[in-house]
Amino acid sequence: MPVGDVLPEISLLLGAVIIVLFAAFVRQHRHHWAAVLALLAIGIAVALSLPQLGGPPRLSFAGSWALDGVAVAAKLLVLVAGALVVAMSPEWLRTDRRHGEFYALVLFALLGVIMMASASDAMELVIGVLLSSVASYPLAAYHRSWAPALEAGMKYFLIGALTNTLLTIGVVVLFGLVGDTGYPAIAAGLAEGRDSLALIIATACVVLGLTFKLAAFPAHAWMPDVAQGSPAPAAALLTVIPKIGAAVALARFVSLLPPEIAWRAIVAFIAVITMTLGNLAALRQNDVRRLLGWSSVSQSGYALMAIVVLEASERALPALLVFLASYAIANLAAFAVITQLRGRTALDDYRGLARQQPLAATVLVVAMLSLVGIPPLVGFFGKLLLFEVALAGGYAWLAVIAAINTVISLFYYLRVAAAMCLATGAGEVHVLPGPWARATLMIGGVLLIVVGLGAETLIGLTASVGFAL
Amino acid sequence: MILTLALGLPMLGAAVLAGSSRWDARQARWLAAGVASLSLLLLVIAWIGFDPAGPRFQHVDELRWVPSLGVAWRVGVDGIALTVATMSALLFVATIVYPPDSRGEPRQDLVQYYAWLLFLQSVSLGVFLALDLLLFYVFFDLSLVGMFFLIGRWGHGQPQIAALKFFLYTFAGSLLLLLAIIGLYLSLDTPSFDMRVLIERQPLAGSGLYAGLVFLALMLGFAIKTPLVPLHTWLPQAHVDAPGPVSAILAGVLLKMGSYGMIRLPLAMMPETFARYAPVVAIVALVAIVYGALVALGQGNLKRRIAYTSINHMGYTVLGIAVAAAFADNVAARQLALTGATVEMVAHGLITGALFLICGSFWQRTGDYDFGHYGGLARQAPLLTGFSVLAMFASLGMPALAGFVAEFQIFAGTFAIYPWLAVLGVVGILITAALFLDMLRRLFFGRLPAHLGEFPDLGRSEWGVLTVLALAIVVIGVAPQFLLAPIEAAASALVGGR
Repeated sequence: MPVGDVLPEISLLLGAVIIVLFAAFVRQHRHHWAAVLALLAIGIAVALSLPQLGGPPRLSFAGSWALDGVAVAAKLLVLVAGALVVAMSPEWLRTDRRHGEFYALVLFALLGVIMMASASDAMELVIGVLLSSVASYPLAAYHRSWAPALEAGMKYFLIGALTNTLLTIGVVVLFGLVGDTGYPAIAAGLAEGRDSLALIIATACVVLGLTFKLAAFPAHAWMPDVAQGSPAPAAALLTVIPKIGAAVALARFVSLLPPEIAWRAIVAFIAVITMTLGNLAALRQNDVRRLLGWSSVSQSGYALMAIVVLEASERALPALLVFLASYAIANLAAFAVITQLRGRTALDDYRGLARQQPLAATVLVVAMLSLVGIPPLVGFFGKLLLFEVALAGGYAWLAVIAAINTVISLFYYLRVAAAMCLATGAGEVHVLPGPWARATLMIGGVLLIVVGLGAETLIGLTASVGFAL
Repeated sequence: MILTLALGLPMLGAAVLAGSSRWDARQARWLAAGVASLSLLLLVIAWIGFDPAGPRFQHVDELRWVPSLGVAWRVGVDGIALTVATMSALLFVATIVYPPDSRGEPRQDLVQYYAWLLFLQSVSLGVFLALDLLLFYVFFDLSLVGMFFLIGRWGHGQPQIAALKFFLYTFAGSLLLLLAIIGLYLSLDTPSFDMRVLIERQPLAGSGLYAGLVFLALMLGFAIKTPLVPLHTWLPQAHVDAPGPVSAILAGVLLKMGSYGMIRLPLAMMPETFARYAPVVAIVALVAIVYGALVALGQGNLKRRIAYTSINHMGYTVLGIAVAAAFADNVAARQLALTGATVEMVAHGLITGALFLICGSFWQRTGDYDFGHYGGLARQAPLLTGFSVLAMFASLGMPALAGFVAEFQIFAGTFAIYPWLAVLGVVGILITAALFLDMLRRLFFGRLPAHLGEFPDLGRSEWGVLTVLALAIVVIGVAPQFLLAPIEAAASALVGGR
């Protein structure tokens, strides 16, 4: 077995196991060291993944594990995003009795998402989705004595259980069609031509299963609740990281399908509904975390644009990755601010915040402007590449709809910015004590600008990625 | 490096002001004024060093930014960009020195006001100096962010709603622009955002529907910014609720981004397509001219009236641009129209800038824009009256003042190409004359209402700034040659370059 190919994943697994043991035997007030352990595990995983970056695309473990540019880039992105989530957490969980285990769950969730991004076998995709889901449910409901957190966790679980079942059914039907679950065999089998009705059912089930992780229509309903009710660091993780794996997994899966399935039309349809629905729902939110949840739904819609033009435009995959990276940085920075503000959530409580907390307010405004795509922030380059591949791939109408949606989204982001910077507010602002969340939000803010100005590096890293298959 | 410095310095100044809390408002004002003047000085030096007979783009700087997309830091000027940018820098200095709209109350946050003004100066100059389409778009968008905070935070009335409306409306235009820019970019064989490459290669020449769509998106984006009727509805409220000096920037500089963009992008990069649609653009411009003037005539609010005259004046500019783009053999007339359009941009920036600063002075003293509540101020405030009379006469196109030079050239050019439009357009000038004279009468003549007995005349910094602007208006009106030489060079390259 080529164990060397999965060393980063093994380091995450070992890290998670060590943290579980550590949390079981060490006193609660020292549990923040588990965060250090988690960062260490992620750091080792990053160090082990970097050498895989330049290598030729290939399949490992008998064709079930992809080691190509897309998988490795997504893995690095997931790891970096995971590190930011870990870094913003310790103070939030300081008083929680089960502080340490949080990080073990985070590592398991990362592992699941990485498996989704690297899976070149439908069964393995199922395992990745399930692993990340199982680790995410308790993260969403981590504050189990708080009703909104429980509600969020329950909604997440119910929708997840349904869609994961559908995904499994889809994989089973696919297996019945071609007699194999490996992507190479599926691609070869489908190329010969099969019963298209069964293939449509299988495709629909798999796509539906992945929309859950993407928080895209029709399985998006959990997102606003999770963003609002779960612990802010967990919300940061759940709004960002599963999307990365799911988007790559979806791209990998649809690229196997024969053209007569019209998957482009299906994905374009989902993209339009998702971005429009997310934006319209966000318009009237008076709760900043819920607003970010809906905005996260709409951002999934934008990401899907790149999948629509997969193979029609040679830059579709790099555009997808750059967009996901820009979205991840912006959303993590926003949630780091919210964590630092102790989960402050009602829009009215943000009034006049710029005077009392200028740094936090500035980072939140910059993060939101990046989510809109105002240059030269990193989000602009994400959107620019998406628009470019959509136009180049012949989907100009999709780019126009995305542009209209971007204008709509500007409205609700500006409402938050206006409340913070233009209105005057009363009352003291409580923030988390200690350096972790504060440092994370500063890193997030710096990344938004620096990665934007240095977009060449990001674009260069992803320029030549492709699927091994 | 001179242009990079001219737009980099204000950005640096903004960062210095925003990044430190040890400034008070007075120090911030002088620091900002110093930095803005330095930037103006650099542009003046660039102007002196500009050779009208030389290459089309001069003072070019090029630095790597995102080579894999063909994006780079490319700045440089032709005569049109140079003159409009220098006018903008002058207006920014004037705005910063002019007293802010505080209604006499001390405001804590004026340091940030000056920081945002410097930021806006930097990005506005960026729009005019950029030679890279993406860089152009970057600055174009950032100007919205700066203006949003300036109106929202220091405005009066309903500033947040006005700021939001402004940002949303113009952002919609700029996204259309982005799509069009990507369309232009993709039309090149080796995609690049370099404007010079696009101007030279003319990639969309003769490619029917695609070129038409790109042109439509470009023009819609710029028409919102300019603004042309019927896409002007964001403008009145933004102007009325913005502080006076910020209105001066909005009218004097930000509106120019639209008309400048029309010259720089569609006219230079896709003249064939523009020629096909030039009559349509010209008719829309005529509608803006007449409609803007008529609606201005109906306003009872000082600032709203001036805001609508901006729509009228920008209509002249667009008419000049459309004539320059027209499919006609009369190159001299088209060139004349384009020169006139550019001079109109400069003149309108100075004149309307001065008018909005004067509006700010009115608001500062009474908090009232309704000119029904004024009268007889000529004796009470002779300086204010003098500058208002000069600016309003300049705005209605009085000979020997800047506006006349511009409008004469535009209409002379138009008359050769679209005579009927010129005839109808002159009606606009007539209405404008009526509305300004009416406003002068109601503000400064007649009986002085009792509550204005204490109305103070202009302060030192106010008349100082207005003197400089008035001087510029007169100089351009009397001896425009220094301004015309670089513009004519650029206009002949643009119009004669087919």
